[in-house]
Amino acid sequence: MPSDAEQTGTEAGIGGGFPLATEARGVLEVARREGRALTETERAIAQVEAFTPEEAAARMRLAEAPPEDPGIRKPMVINLGPQHPSTHGVLRLITELDGEVILDVHPIVGYLHTGIEKQCENKTYWQAVTLVTRMDYLSPYFNTQAYCLAVERLLGMEIPARAEYLRVIMCELNRIASHLVWLGTSGLELGAISVFFYTYRERDKALDLGEMISGERMNTRYFQVGGCADDMPKGFEAAMREFIGRMPSRIDEYETLLSGNQIWLDRTKGVGVLPVDQLIGLGVTGPALRAAGVAHDLRKAAPYSGYEHFDFDVPVATEGDVYARFTVRLREMRESVRIIEQALDGIPEGSHIADDRKVVLPPREELAVSMEALIHHFKLVTEGFMVPEGEVYAAVESPRGELGCYVVSDGGPKPYRCHMRDPSFVNLQALRPMAKGAYLADLIAMIGSLDNVMGGVDR
Amino acid sequence: MVDEYEAYGELTVEIAAERLLEVCRTLAGAPSSFRMLSDVTCADFPDAPGRFRLAYQLYSLETGARVRLRVWAGADAPEVDSVTAIWPTANWQEREVYDLMGVRFRGHPDLARIMMPDDWDGHPLRKDYPLGGEEVTFSDAV
Repeated sequence: MPSDAEQTGTEAGIGGGFPLATEARGVLEVARREGRALTETERAIAQVEAFTPEEAAARMRLAEAPPEDPGIRKPMVINLGPQHPSTHGVLRLITELDGEVILDVHPIVGYLHTGIEKQCENKTYWQAVTLVTRMDYLSPYFNTQAYCLAVERLLGMEIPARAEYLRVIMCELNRIASHLVWLGTSGLELGAISVFFYTYRERDKALDLGEMISGERMNTRYFQVGGCADDMPKGFEAAMREFIGRMPSRIDEYETLLSGNQIWLDRTKGVGVLPVDQLIGLGVTGPALRAAGVAHDLRKAAPYSGYEHFDFDVPVATEGDVYARFTVRLREMRESVRIIEQALDGIPEGSHIADDRKVVLPPREELAVSMEALIHHFKLVTEGFMVPEGEVYAAVESPRGELGCYVVSDGGPKPYRCHMRDPSFVNLQALRPMAKGAYLADLIAMIGSLDNVMGGVDR
Repeated sequence: MVDEYEAYGELTVEIAAERLLEVCRTLAGAPSSFRMLSDVTCADFPDAPGRFRLAYQLYSLETGARVRLRVWAGADAPEVDSVTAIWPTANWQEREVYDLMGVRFRGHPDLARIMMPDDWDGHPLRKDYPLGGEEVTFSDAV
């Protein structure tokens, strides 16, 4: 009697009826063409999905037959994602399980790859700002800041103090907003549904503030090479002060919801711990590293954008588990509130953008009266500005860790190479060693605690 | 060491590809202790003899010092040693370079594509790879 698999197969050896088999066959075909053995990731894909009808039938028979040795248990392979509500976007995980224990996990990324780095090479420096904003879509200000810092360093440009303060204010607001999304969604994934509604209430207010100052809620493009696009509008400072005045009591609310919640504690404490040396070797930065006891924060270690003028602490925990990352991020939000407060109090007068007509667009009102301004405007928009030859790596402390931007210039108006070192991409590598030997349910808590944004991972 | 210079406040050291592992091992250990490898990336210079220029951004947690190592991978069959044994973080970063630039890494545990589909032809970040390289379906139907 033909098995089900044989009946659905339309042509022998092609595996019709098993859509996933196409991918596995592609993998095998590529390896055969290149005359090499399968890599680990390829094996992982093929193992789950290498189904020709014959293979499928053989597997089914094998599964039904009593095992020769009852003591041997075969691992079960489960494909998690890329469309899965708890993998933080389009992350795909091929997990090998023994019962509920994870034997191995292979993260597969790239589903959001949009070739932004390639696009940057074909746009002028000022156009590329728009592109890099969209990499890690939860921290647009940090993406543009890393990029602008790199280009400004190549240009040897000093930016006005007021612009630096504006950048600090918006970055810290962004950090709060990003942590709120993390808290809401990772709570949601572990069943703490109500936290989500609380955090998104404040996150929406933070986006409103972004809209006030830049006209956009998400991909703001507020930072420019040379400073910021515009000064604070009327009423912005009051709205911001109201927001940060409210924020500490809101953070208390989140803590009330979670910190004393026995289920939350059981799900997060002692989960996802890695030795510090291993974390450093894996290049993990940001809250995940600080939760393991390393007080490393680029805002303190290598201050940029005037962070040395602000008084704030770097929250550290020692346990290194999911709960420690949770407490570190909550305390970071409190520190961000402190920084914004100080920045609003101490923001100096002056221009929001450098006065360098070869790089920065002239003020709009001058265009109607000044021929020179019109020429500069035309040159900048059509041709862009030239950047001296060289290479620069500028790093900022994003909500997820070290966000670096490596720009190579050949002296022309377009970046010769623009590469982003995204912390989501690097930190995600820690998931595999973390998850080995853990329970499948804890895997969800670990993914949440690493706070990867797939837009940043895949770029 | 081939060349060493400081520009824009950043130290760059260019080394010969065959000495890469040795230099990395020295830098990662005491006393320089660059325990963290921030970034591995590559730029394509089609007219240069070495063509693919790799850049490794090293970072020391203790001193906050940064140094950039540069290596040319060679124009035909570009290949350098993998540094995954020294810094495990290089695993995915080297895979990304392999995928998008086509530079191979000797001794890499799992050198598969990471961004592009497994059966993709070519390496998109190379300068000779066209921007509209992907065929658009039904583009003649308009």
